[in-house]
Amino acid sequence: MDTSEDILQQASPDLVRGSGTARRTKPARLSPSFVSWLQAGPMMLVFLAFFLIPLVFVVIVSFWDYNEYQLLPAFSGRGYTDTFEGCIAQLPDLCTIGRTYVMTLKLCFLVWAITLFVGFWVAYFLAFHVKSKTWQMGLSLLCTIPFWTSNVIRMIAWIPLLGRNGLVNSGLVKTGLINQPLEWLLFSEFSVVLALVHLFTFFMVVPIFNSMVRIDKALIEAAYDAGASGSQTLVNVVIPLAKPGIVIGSIFVITIVMGDFITIGVMGGQQIAAAGKIIETRVNALQFPAAAANAVILLAITFLIITMMSRIVDIRKEL
Amino acid sequence: MTKTTGKTGVSRRTLLKSTAGLAGLAAGSGAITGFPYVMSAETKVLRYLGTAVNEGDEISKQCLKDTGIKIEYITATTDDVTKRVMTQPNSFDVLDTEYFSLKKLVPSGNILALDAKKIKEFGNITPVFTKGETPGGKKIGNQGTAPWKVLYLEGKDSKTFSKTATEFVTLIPTVYNADTLGIRPDIIKRPISSWAELLNPEFKGKASILNIPSIGIMDAAMVVEATGKYKYADKGNMTKEEIDLTMKVMTEAKKAGQFRAFWKDFNESVNLMASGETVIQSMWSPAVTKVRSMGIACTFQPLKEGYRSWASGFCVSKGVSGAKLEWAYEFVNWFLSGYAGAYLNRQGYYSAVLSTAKAHMEPYEWAYWMEGKPAEKDIKAPDGSLLEKAGAVRDGGSYEDRMGGVACWNAVMDENDYMVRKWNEFIAA
Repeated sequence: MDTSEDILQQASPDLVRGSGTARRTKPARLSPSFVSWLQAGPMMLVFLAFFLIPLVFVVIVSFWDYNEYQLLPAFSGRGYTDTFEGCIAQLPDLCTIGRTYVMTLKLCFLVWAITLFVGFWVAYFLAFHVKSKTWQMGLSLLCTIPFWTSNVIRMIAWIPLLGRNGLVNSGLVKTGLINQPLEWLLFSEFSVVLALVHLFTFFMVVPIFNSMVRIDKALIEAAYDAGASGSQTLVNVVIPLAKPGIVIGSIFVITIVMGDFITIGVMGGQQIAAAGKIIETRVNALQFPAAAANAVILLAITFLIITMMSRIVDIRKEL
Repeated sequence: MTKTTGKTGVSRRTLLKSTAGLAGLAAGSGAITGFPYVMSAETKVLRYLGTAVNEGDEISKQCLKDTGIKIEYITATTDDVTKRVMTQPNSFDVLDTEYFSLKKLVPSGNILALDAKKIKEFGNITPVFTKGETPGGKKIGNQGTAPWKVLYLEGKDSKTFSKTATEFVTLIPTVYNADTLGIRPDIIKRPISSWAELLNPEFKGKASILNIPSIGIMDAAMVVEATGKYKYADKGNMTKEEIDLTMKVMTEAKKAGQFRAFWKDFNESVNLMASGETVIQSMWSPAVTKVRSMGIACTFQPLKEGYRSWASGFCVSKGVSGAKLEWAYEFVNWFLSGYAGAYLNRQGYYSAVLSTAKAHMEPYEWAYWMEGKPAEKDIKAPDGSLLEKAGAVRDGGSYEDRMGGVACWNAVMDENDYMVRKWNEFIAA
């Protein structure tokens, strides 16, 4: 079960054997490996044309020079040296890029931890407590509700809720719990994390749920029969078997949050640093090489995190 | 177990094959139906790239009626407009952009200057643009990218701005305004008369500025000058030391929690002010009007240090020639002929040719918006909604007073790259 070819062979022996006999009777029949290539081909081409090639351009441009109005295709490390400006001179204080990444990683960690916690239990509920398939479908569709409105409207809608004169504050003031409206409810790290969790828990729920429904119920019964308590079953059976889902969900959430600048911008009142925001500011000022250099740095760091995670769980093996 | 997976595998494969076929079919048929449309596109169509300021539906409808030219709006933020001109110069015909971006656009060679001789009303364009003074003769502040510094080119394809008048005009002016701070007088409850109030700790957590670095830093410079800390030679073109100084003031204010949020978009600024999240912030005239039309007190406060002004105008993409160029001239001439000018004036902006706009406005409207007189009747927006009740006076008064009080213009600095880096540092602080 190492290569995809093996998986294919083991998973669908009928098909492979079937096409083999077909080849003998009809010589024009395509070979199975050609069919696999044909199936993977379109996605591969899309991936190549719209991801890999542009990515190569980003890396190339990141080493170009620029002026106010154009890219100068001459080798220059300016995009990188400017980015790390003052990183040694300002020690022990952090430089701009250092502070920005500390903040980005902090937000990323908080959002990841909370979405994982919430997402795991939502998925657990859906997989083990909801018996009917229809209800499972219906309830998981409910999780997509945050995506039914546009990003901008969703953002603006937080103001009447969390604002100084918003529902939450006026409710708390009226019940006498607080005297002054809480300022940190909106345009703060709190509101950024809240909005991101609200959006991206869904990306945790789906893969974890997917892993959980595939757990053979007999295993859980066996654990129960062997005398395992509820929490022992959870820790020793459910969590290990849901690991691929947890890792996939984590990769979704971490990659999105690392690159986010819109939600962090709007919910943070544009005053919270984010790796994506540096790129945005640079692009808006038409400083594309500098933006590209920052994009390469962001990509490298995100890649590092994902590599570390896949060290913990080999997704290809577990799937 | 293996068998069932095998079966789903088969059905998934057939499904994939058939959908791929369908997709191919759809793509093919799309190309076929698309073809005759290109052939029949003989109507006069101009793709108009700009910010939302001038892009009223009423304007395009009236234009179609008067000239037969169909305007297709491509709406983007100021930054995105510039980006698009640089990266996709063939994706638009007419460009409506601000004068301060010319320092980037003209050297790129992606835009064409228009010929002043072909603009009927060119001679009647307000002296604000051509001479840097109001019709009444008041000198206007020269700091930043003032339109008269970048209005003319030395030759047709020149990339150098001409100091004297030539027939090659970079942007035919369309709309401009004098910006200042918007305040909530009902919450502040005392007179505000200086830019220094923006960073007054009294309004801690209740102030805001624009999230456009080049404009935000000018607002900050107005504050620095107002507090008497420093006097700039040109707020629109700071030296590195001046940028450091200004950013230091901003960073201190940010760390102390002075700013609630920075805004980038018209509606954001309205929301912040109307919800009471902010009580003092840099703002645009129609945004103040919008807050007021929601029944919330809001003043576009004139300040003793003066206004920060901006202006935009028309040019065309370098790809425009022949008949399309003629339509572009026809459109620009129509735009200056009064209807659009009156429409803009009624929103609280200013039109480039005052005489034609005046002919399209009621005398009482002109008196309120342009002469700073109390409204004789209720003042209505272009869409007919009530803006001000009879008796109201425009904040800042007349055109002469407002435009005459301009201290500086939106700008792109020579040290723009440094400034952007400092801005990122400010955000991370």
